Amino acid sequence: MKKIFLIISMSFLLAVNAQETVLPTKPHIGVSYIKNATIHLGNGKVLENGTIKIKDGKIEEVGTNIVVPAGADVTDATGKQVYPGLILATSSLGLGEVNAVRATQDVREIGDMNPNVRALVAYNTDSKVINTLRSNGILLANIVPQGSFVAGSSSVVQLDAWNWEDAAYKTDEGIHVYLPLLMARPGGRGGGGRGGGPQQPPTDPVKEGLAKLEDLKSFFKEAKAYFNESTHEETNLKFEAVKGLFNKSQKLYMHGNTVKQILAALDFVKEFGLDMVIVGGSESYQVADLLKQHNVSVILSQPHSLPTTTDNDVDQPYKTAAALQKAGVLFAISDEDGQTRGRNLPFNAGTAAAYGLTKEEALAAITLNAAKIMGVADKTGSIEVGKDANIIVSDGDILDMRTSNVTDAFIQGRKIDLTDKHKLLNDRYNQKYDLKKKGF
Amino acid sequence: MRKNRLWLVVAITIAYSLPLAAQPTFPENGVASPRHGHYAFTNATIVKDASTTITNATLIVKDGKILAVGANLKTPAGAVEIDCKGKFIYPSFIDIYSDYGIATPQRTGGGGFNFAQPAQLETATKGAYGWNQAIKSDVDAYKSFVVDDAKAKPLRDAGFGTVLSHVKDGIARGTGVVATLANDKENFAIIKEKASAHYSFSKGTSTQSYPSSMMGMIALLRQTYLDAQWYKTKPAADKATNATFIVPLNFPQAQDVEDPNDAKFVALDDMKHWEMAPSNAAAFEKAGIPFCLTTADLRSVNQFWTNLRKAMEYGLSESKVMEALTKTPAMALGIYDKVGSLEAGKLANFLITNGPLFDSKTAIQFNYVQGNKYVVKDDNFIAGTYEININTPTGDEKYTLDVKSPSSATMFGKDTLNTKFSQDGKIVKLNYAPMARRQRPAAMPEGGQRPGGFGRTGVADATLPANAPRLSGISSGTEWNGTGIDSLGNPLTWTAIFVKAAEAKPDTAKKKDAPVIGKVVYPFEPFGWEESQQPKQETILIKNATVWTNEKEGVLQNSDVLIKNGKIAAVGKNLSDASAKTIDGTGKHVTAGIIDEHSHIAAASINEGGQSVTSEVRIADNLNPDDINIYRQLSGGVTTSHILHGSANVIGGQTQLIKLRWGANAEDLKFKGADGFIKFALGENVKRSSAPLGNNRYPDTRMGVEQVLVDAFTRAKDYQKEWKKYNDTKDKKGINAPRRDLELDALVEILEKKRFITCHSYVQSEINAAMEVANKMGYTVNTFTHILEGYKVADKMLKHGSYVSTFSDWWAYKMEVEDAIPYNAAIMQKVGLVVAINSDDAEMARRLNQEAAKIVKYGGVTEEEAWKMVTLNPAKMLHVDDKVGSLKVGKDGDVVLWSDNPLAIYAKPLYTIIEGTIYFDRQKDEQLQKQVDEERLRLVRKMNGEKRSGMPTIPAQPSYQIMHSCSDHAHSHGLLVIDADEINND
Repeated sequence: MKKIFLIISMSFLLAVNAQETVLPTKPHIGVSYIKNATIHLGNGKVLENGTIKIKDGKIEEVGTNIVVPAGADVTDATGKQVYPGLILATSSLGLGEVNAVRATQDVREIGDMNPNVRALVAYNTDSKVINTLRSNGILLANIVPQGSFVAGSSSVVQLDAWNWEDAAYKTDEGIHVYLPLLMARPGGRGGGGRGGGPQQPPTDPVKEGLAKLEDLKSFFKEAKAYFNESTHEETNLKFEAVKGLFNKSQKLYMHGNTVKQILAALDFVKEFGLDMVIVGGSESYQVADLLKQHNVSVILSQPHSLPTTTDNDVDQPYKTAAALQKAGVLFAISDEDGQTRGRNLPFNAGTAAAYGLTKEEALAAITLNAAKIMGVADKTGSIEVGKDANIIVSDGDILDMRTSNVTDAFIQGRKIDLTDKHKLLNDRYNQKYDLKKKGF
Repeated sequence: MRKNRLWLVVAITIAYSLPLAAQPTFPENGVASPRHGHYAFTNATIVKDASTTITNATLIVKDGKILAVGANLKTPAGAVEIDCKGKFIYPSFIDIYSDYGIATPQRTGGGGFNFAQPAQLETATKGAYGWNQAIKSDVDAYKSFVVDDAKAKPLRDAGFGTVLSHVKDGIARGTGVVATLANDKENFAIIKEKASAHYSFSKGTSTQSYPSSMMGMIALLRQTYLDAQWYKTKPAADKATNATFIVPLNFPQAQDVEDPNDAKFVALDDMKHWEMAPSNAAAFEKAGIPFCLTTADLRSVNQFWTNLRKAMEYGLSESKVMEALTKTPAMALGIYDKVGSLEAGKLANFLITNGPLFDSKTAIQFNYVQGNKYVVKDDNFIAGTYEININTPTGDEKYTLDVKSPSSATMFGKDTLNTKFSQDGKIVKLNYAPMARRQRPAAMPEGGQRPGGFGRTGVADATLPANAPRLSGISSGTEWNGTGIDSLGNPLTWTAIFVKAAEAKPDTAKKKDAPVIGKVVYPFEPFGWEESQQPKQETILIKNATVWTNEKEGVLQNSDVLIKNGKIAAVGKNLSDASAKTIDGTGKHVTAGIIDEHSHIAAASINEGGQSVTSEVRIADNLNPDDINIYRQLSGGVTTSHILHGSANVIGGQTQLIKLRWGANAEDLKFKGADGFIKFALGENVKRSSAPLGNNRYPDTRMGVEQVLVDAFTRAKDYQKEWKKYNDTKDKKGINAPRRDLELDALVEILEKKRFITCHSYVQSEINAAMEVANKMGYTVNTFTHILEGYKVADKMLKHGSYVSTFSDWWAYKMEVEDAIPYNAAIMQKVGLVVAINSDDAEMARRLNQEAAKIVKYGGVTEEEAWKMVTLNPAKMLHVDDKVGSLKVGKDGDVVLWSDNPLAIYAKPLYTIIEGTIYFDRQKDEQLQKQVDEERLRLVRKMNGEKRSGMPTIPAQPSYQIMHSCSDHAHSHGLLVIDADEINND
């Protein structure tokens, strides 16, 4: 069977868009093993020379004394490192294919109040970007709509599916709000001059932004009152869309970076008792204790970025994760980079490890912490008994690009095909130049 | 006969611009009354110029000119004598940067280049003008100059008598006119027609796309000069002011930084600028640089004195102010024979004040322009000492009155008296009484004087008894006569005679210490060096490290590197040098500094997109050494960056290779002795695919891109031939030299292998086409940059002789990178190309070591070969591998000490060294950060202090930075960064 598949894929290699040959794998039924591995559990612990037993897609056993029967389906990971599948905590994966081509973009709906818009339904499982992420160990992603204010709901997907319904891992798990900037920006929101000149903005962007947030509060209050009624004369789709916020089955994701934005967001936690996540969070280190106090978690959307101000520590974006860790804030690291499309997730975490996190803490920031934030930690995020077998095997340290080569990956126990468009094109041109024959 | 005489008068009138007499060519509607304005101002203190003051002197004027100045002058018969006892006379000021009398031009939309907007490729100016709308050298301000008394008045009130006015519009702005502020016919007010030539780096009202960048403006000026020479018309600039600076007094306002969440977005350098701007003029004085002061850029002319006084508080001297407002501008404009001092023969342009000009209580009373009197503040007031004689029924009482201001004076008898004084024009009022015992100060201040009078509101009133004598009188200047009621209710009469002027205090007398201000740092940015911190070249010995030589020796374990005199002096084991600063490299790695082949930092502008071919523009013209990203990239181990023109057009501008010498000026940033390069670009950006309103600039397809190249080099070859023919002609008599064309000059340099191309390129079709054109035209594309489909045509590029510089793993951000793969670099390297990994991004540039490491991951290139992709390989393609790129004896000492294997994600540069100077030191960085924090705190407190003391503030202004890139990717740089293309360049 495997051999046939290989032949089929070879024969397709000459087509440019050969990714059509990469098939989602059939459900995992039965038992398989990963053995002789250094297993990074994702919860901070590391198991040397361990074995994982997978049954019907779930992790049944993890340990050093598991006996692998002869003839079993085994992946030998001798000398390799095993990790939970990486999770991209915020992404427009599958919503937009080519940034500059409008026709390929289903990322941002028109209008300020779109809680009812669902990212999942536009998620394109055939996006060519998806397989390039799997190749780097990313097996799950939170698909997040963008917007001018209340953008809609996100869903967690697993990255090996025929269509979005198959991909759905947790549906409509959070509502996304893009906080007003709360500061004047030249030529942009809030008016003002260009280049930071001394021109006065025509309106006060802080007051304007805060008023917008008050409107959102009113919306939430009315939604709450709406749910206090048992029947409704009219159905309000927008209220219906946020129902889960009030029983905490949905998260409220507040996208913002500045202290002012975060403080304004905290106001909502108090008033509505929501589960809140700050997304962006470049200044979150300045209010880490408040975040901890209010039980608000953070997704650092891009540690590989420049400091916010010229006067900041030149390495501040690299150090922010360690500051949150120290304060005990639950945080995840993500990778929103528009040019590399999320595949450098492990390296964003690796940089945080170079600037204050331990390697296992950095790993948790892209696995278990992300799962906790998205409310899927019962199913994934770590290599623990009972969870889905979302597992990757790497030649070496996954956080360091010199050794971060994923050789095997399992989603719900299925050993997925790690071919992607880039590997296929690489093969194609290796053949053109006869590089194999030349000893490469 | 009569007619002839009339003509003579006309001639004289025009030559000397006499405004007083009615203009002889203008018919008189009524009866002629010739008057000559013949006056003698006597008994004055006359400040002839900044260094000459005559006391008790006389100024004689007639027909708008000065006849004589000096002591002991007799008032001529026929002159009206004006007694100026106690008054001061100064030459009036000259504003050298004015648009007085010139209508302000308004732009009617558009202008600049923007990836989103259609272009305006031709001038919108109708008629027989040049091709560029921003070149307005045909403009002569004197032709449109109109006397405007409403605008003249505030200037006269501030002490100005003469201005240099020009049309503040365009890059070349034509000539300026010198005019007085007389409210008279323009013919008289103008004293020099074409006094100056004006240029700027602002397009003003031009709506044309070109030029859209700073470097484009400079290039346009350069070409326009050459064209002017070619047309044999002499540019007006021969009269331009050279090497004299014009210093405005527009100080930034304090910002409201009470809220720490607002304050943190106000950058340190903006706050430092706020603090130091008032000291600017004093710094010019201290440095001995000649300068003029101007009212230009002030929010209102009324601010002039307030800000001038502020500048003086910060150390600007009175004599320098006088010079900067009189002689210096007059000399610069070649009109010192007419204005700028009080000397016989010059225009009667002078000020009469009631005290020393720079005394805070002094007012300008009259401003004479060309002999015409303009009243500024005729308060009839003369500060000084008066003798008072009161005729009471019991006899005369004599007092002395020390008058400081129209509301403040102190009267003395035997004792100091409690005095209430006011003067309102001609009316003088005076109350006095002996001081109550309890009021008397324990010890009298020197001279028995006591501050008091009405200036101290309320106090004197309250303490003056109800029966205090009340005097009222009329002032006729130096003599007052009046009546009053004494303490018993008896009427009385009194007189006062002026006896002594208030003393002019020398510069240093009462001067407060200049306010304390922070230190200037180089560059003027956070993490800039104070003078004492400037790093210096050292002898440095790094011991016992892992040394990545990039040479045939490979990676050496436990080895040393010695840097001496800016060069690599030795690489090996057991090196020693007694004079060296020794750094322990145990467990650490030493490499050559990173070289970024494709960068857009440290420049004021990047894209001249106004035309498809702009080879005339030069990044070198607008380097910006104050870019914080220089420091940030040093922290990532970068030592050399190739600053490229953007990708807005097929043939972009000339590039500049720099070394990241943080703190150096623009000139010293340059990599000395490097070959010149130029940026070309192909594909989506040059055909403006992202313009939502469509593109109207040729080309719009890759077919057109190829033709732009063919056309440009065809023109260049013809041009080259034309010059060769001219140069080969022995007898050049009667033959005109061809027109120099800077655009084609740069292309000829390419053909002659004196300038080299780095070509932004993505897809295989365009790469092939670029090479085919090059082959046909006889040049080589030195470097293909970006080159994300390079793996498809690697063999062809190898054959063509190109180098390649690419991203490690970018893709899918636009259509032409759909087939970009991270294996690109590895394939090209394996095919035999010299491959570099570049940034094109201020953020990624400080992680280029990680980008190189990705080539190990994608394609299995060895670590050593991957490392060369950010060091030796870019050095090769930039033709500087004889100087940088490896650790080889004799090469520049550009070295980085890493905490770990440089390709590891965990590696941090500990030291970044350029030619033996440590520009980044991780420990010193902490100290600099502390300095930044402390300085911020100090300045925030200072601004808050101003606010609390009631000074006006403006809301906190976030310090946004404008960042340049190739404009084709979506890399986010954070809150305070604005992509250069987000705004409409102008």
